[in-house]
Order: sequence, then structure tokens, then C-alpha cells
Amino acid sequence: MATTEKMNMIQAINRALHDAMEADATVLALGEEVADPEGGGIVGVTKGLSDRFGNTRVLSTPISEQAIIGAAIGAAIGGYRPVAELMLMNFSTVAMDMLVNHAAKLRFMSGGQTNVPMVVRTATGSGLGTGGQHCDFLEAWFAHTAGMKVVIPSNPSDAYGLMRSAIEDDDPVIFVENIPIYFTPTETTFEKVPLGKAKVVREGTDLTIVSYALMVHHALAVAATLEAEGKSVEVIDLRTIAPWDREAVLASVAKTGRLMVVHEAVKEHGVGAEIASVVNEELFGKLKAPVKRLGASFCPVPFSKPLETAFVPNPATIAEAARAILA
Amino acid sequence: MSNYPMPSSDQLLDIYRRAITIKLNDERIIREMKSGRLVTPYYSARGQEIIPASVMQSVTDDDYLCTIYRGTHDMVAKNFPLDVMWAELAGRVTGSCKGKGGTMHLTHPETGSMVTTGIVGSSMPIATGLGWAAKLNGRGQVSIASFGDGACNIGAFHESLNFAGVFDLPVIFLCQNNLYAEHTSMAKSTRVDRYSKRAAGYGIEGVTVNGNDPEEMFGAAKWAIDRARAGEGPTLIEAMTFRFNGHLLGDPGEYIPKEEYAENLAKDPVPALRKRLLDKSVADEVALGAMEAEILARINAAVKAAYAAEYPDVTELKRDVYAAELA
Repeated sequence: MATTEKMNMIQAINRALHDAMEADATVLALGEEVADPEGGGIVGVTKGLSDRFGNTRVLSTPISEQAIIGAAIGAAIGGYRPVAELMLMNFSTVAMDMLVNHAAKLRFMSGGQTNVPMVVRTATGSGLGTGGQHCDFLEAWFAHTAGMKVVIPSNPSDAYGLMRSAIEDDDPVIFVENIPIYFTPTETTFEKVPLGKAKVVREGTDLTIVSYALMVHHALAVAATLEAEGKSVEVIDLRTIAPWDREAVLASVAKTGRLMVVHEAVKEHGVGAEIASVVNEELFGKLKAPVKRLGASFCPVPFSKPLETAFVPNPATIAEAARAILA
Repeated sequence: MSNYPMPSSDQLLDIYRRAITIKLNDERIIREMKSGRLVTPYYSARGQEIIPASVMQSVTDDDYLCTIYRGTHDMVAKNFPLDVMWAELAGRVTGSCKGKGGTMHLTHPETGSMVTTGIVGSSMPIATGLGWAAKLNGRGQVSIASFGDGACNIGAFHESLNFAGVFDLPVIFLCQNNLYAEHTSMAKSTRVDRYSKRAAGYGIEGVTVNGNDPEEMFGAAKWAIDRARAGEGPTLIEAMTFRFNGHLLGDPGEYIPKEEYAENLAKDPVPALRKRLLDKSVADEVALGAMEAEILARINAAVKAAYAAEYPDVTELKRDVYAAELA
């Protein structure tokens, strides 16, 4: 397991699915176009699975998001570990009854007699000109739902490791794949990464930036820029949004005294609000500046390129906000 | 119809045993509610007893059932133990779901009651998934989705019947058509005169039967279940029936014409079956009386034990949300 290989996130998740299905015959995959005759997924995340594991364990389904998630829930209650794909995160809206009323709640409502060990893979992210219904970040909805876990990796190694853990988890996990960072190859490790554990990806002493997905890469760029200006920024990749790693964030902010949360989802009622509130509750007297949140503008994702670019935080706006906190 | 298998005398007697258990149990629930001792929303299935009593002749505890808020009759017919059912209705910790699910979420996997949903139509996608699990594990199980006529007009119906058809899943879609979707008549809900006609649109078998006739109901269900076990795919069974106690207990049912109600009440299927058993000398008055007394005693014991039991401790709020207890 010490070996590494250069690959992108698509290949890393594909490897995780292959390894999980090989290791455990109860692991299944389903979704639109996930089997090999249909291309093994729109970007190939599920490539090779049906050829290797057969077309009963791997289903290319009709375009039926409710039935896809319902089938995954039923299979999970029936003793399997399905990995269902909702091609894009916005398509989760047509399966919300299955996700929120059923997957998240069945363990509790049955008093622990049943549980839903399923993973829902779903892709999203602006920057590709797909407009208002194909690239929203909706993680706050699921993080707000008791019974659901939410994972969003920022790199191939975490994607591999978190997918393996998500499949082994006994509760439903929404696994969000950020499309703009799908394609960059990096040296990848193949170790399981525990859910609920953030990672300090850069150490610093003056400001903590908590982030996930593409925004982690922006935060790291900003940390390098500010280092040249004599400021030391700590960057935390949250990795699991629910349950989030309070200990890691509180320990970091206790050290730096300053916090900025950066995500691509709109700021209003978002993940940043929850993290900011907990930090205020726990560290009020120790903060050197008000907690800052950065998120997308409070509007649907726009189409026109200049609008789309301005819609989300970027290294320049993140750096500007960081300088204001550090001033 | 004439090709359907017929129930034996023993099976006909067992249909009555299950039906009278459902009826007596329902009457006791209503009595306890009216006394104020039992506080719960309750959707009585009085009048629909023959359907599950007949269908469940052809399944075992290992077969799956997903039913709905109007579903205690289905579960009683499928051997759901009355003691843990009553404790759950009363919100006690000794309930099947530790009092955390209640009337609309009764669950008992040991007897195959896998999911009870409070959402119209949502039994179908999950039952479809349990059908996939059954197909994968090769034990020859069937999965029954129970739902009402109102659910035929929600998207989950369409997605589930199509999905189960595409993959030849062993699912019985059991529509208990009591002619009223909450307060709205079937005539005002659809242009078709029989919901079973829709099966043709999915390329699956569909039949309409008199659900209040034990022989017809038994025959159609056994035929469909045998087909499902043999790998011949799903069936939509539309079982015509009538409910006597409105949508939710307390609903005066003024939207049902008085003559229609009176005509159906005069044909109450449970006393009708009792009379038939006596007329055909399947059982005599003494035997049926003893059976009914034994059932009443069991219900009595279940009610008493339920009220004597403790309510769940508030620490239960932290349990069964996830596999690990919340902090």
C-alpha cells in the first residue's frame, strides 16, 4: 500500500470502486450510464466495473433518480453496499424524498433495526459555463439533515481514501466530486482516509482558512502569496462536511485567533455559518478578529463568463479578505 | 381469473384468522384512541383486511414488505408481533422501533416488514431495491410494495414500475384501490378506469381483482408471487376494496356518497368470509369463536403490556441517528 501512482481524481475514485468491489461482494454500483456498454460514466468514474463484476452488480439505469436512490436504499436494507450515482448534484433535487425522508431517517425511525449503508456519488462545480441547474453546491442541505454524512475531497489521494471509507461506513454518505478538479493528475496514495477527519494542509500561525474542494487549492495559493507579505496562514481541508472535524478547526483557530471559511456554495445559511457559529461559541474571547465567511454570490449560477467568474471566490478575493482580517 | 390457483380450506381459514386479527386489532386501536389512552395519528384500513390476509398466504417471514401509513393491516397479516406493535403505537421503549418510529414507521425486519413510509408512493422505490437485493442473493425472495390508489399518480409509481420491469425484479406492486385518494375520488384523479392498465405501459403484467374476495385475491397474488420467484419479473396487482373509516381517523368522510358507503358496509368482507366458512363447513361456530377469543386475549395482553412499559429515555435522541451514538 506504500506505492503511489500518478493519476487524476476520476482514476482514483475508479480505483477505489474497483478495490471495494473486489474486496467485498456486497458492494454494488448503479446510475445512469455507469456500466461499460454505456461508457462507464460520463467521465469514466465507473469504467470497467460492469466488465469485471457483471451486469447484476453494476446497473446502467433509466433516467430515474427517485428509483435509483430507492433501489440503493432497498438494496442497502437488504444487506448490500450500493454506490449510486446522481450524475450531477442538482439532480438530487428530484430524489430528495428518498434521500432525506428515507435514507437519512430509516435507522432512527426503525429504532436501529435497519440502516442504509449506501454512498451517493454526485458531481458539481461551476466554471464550465453550465449555468443555473448543473453546478450548484448543495452540501448544506444534506449537512442539515440528521442521519446523513457528506464528503467532498480536494485531491485524488483523499478521493480514493474517503471513497473506501464511505463504502465501508454503515450510514448513508453523499460523496461530492468537484468537476473542475477532476482532471489534474497528482502522485496518488491508496490508503483509507477516515470520515470526519480534516487535514491541515499547510501550517501557519496568523490566520486559519477552512475550506474544501477547489477552494482548498485557492486557499493554498493565497497562503503562498501572503507568506511573501510576511503573514503565516494555516489551511485546513475539511474533507468531511458532516460530521465536520470540530476539534481540528477549534485547535487551529485557538492557535491563530483568526478564521476565514471559504466555500463555493452561497454564503447564506451555509456550512461557513455553522463553522463560524461554533467557533464563536467556543472561542469567543480568544478571537483577534470577527470570523469571515466567503462563498458564492446569493444568486443562481450565472452563464456569462465574466459573471460566472465573479460569482465564486477566487485567489484574489480570498487574499483581499485575508489581508483585511490580518490588518 | 379462472386459471388462478385456489386456496385450500386450511388456507381459507388462515385468511380469516389473519383478517379477523386485523379487524379486531383495528377496532381496539380506535377504542384506545377514543378513550384518550392512545394518542397517535391513525389511518385505519378497516374494510381492506382480506387483501393482505390473502396475499401473505404465499410469502414467508423472509420475503420483504414495504408498506405505508395505512399499513398495520399489511403488517399484522405478515406476522408482525402484536406486543411490539402495540408498544410502538404507544410510544414505549419496548416497541419494535423503541418508540422512535410510531404508527407511520412500524418496522420489524424479522418478519419482513422492512419499511413503513408516511410519504404517498415511497414504498415503491425502496421495495424495488429490496427486489434487486433478492435477485442478487438468489434466495428466491419476493418484495411487496403496498400502496393506495392515490400513489398511482405520483412519480415514484412510474419510476419504480419501469425500473423493476427493466431489470425483471421480483417485486409485487400491490395497489389497494379503495377508490379515494385522501378525499378525492378515483374518477377525479385519472382518465383510466383501471390502474392495472398502466402496467402495459411498462411492459409488465397487470391485473385488477376483487381484493375483498379471498379466493380471487389469493389466486392473483400466488400467481404473481410464483412468477416473481421464477424470475419472470414484477406484477402490478390492483386490488379493489373500500375503506370504512375515512382517510385519517376523525375524517367524517363526507366526500363519499351515503349510498356508496352503505352499500359497501353491507358487504363488509370479514363477516362475509366468516359466514362463508360456516356455510362451507370449513369451520364451525365453536372453532371460530375459540379462535376469536384467543386473538382478543393476545390483543388484550399486548395492550396491557404496552401501557405498563416505560417511555424511551431522552438519551435515545442521540442513538440511531448514526451507527455511532452522538456526543
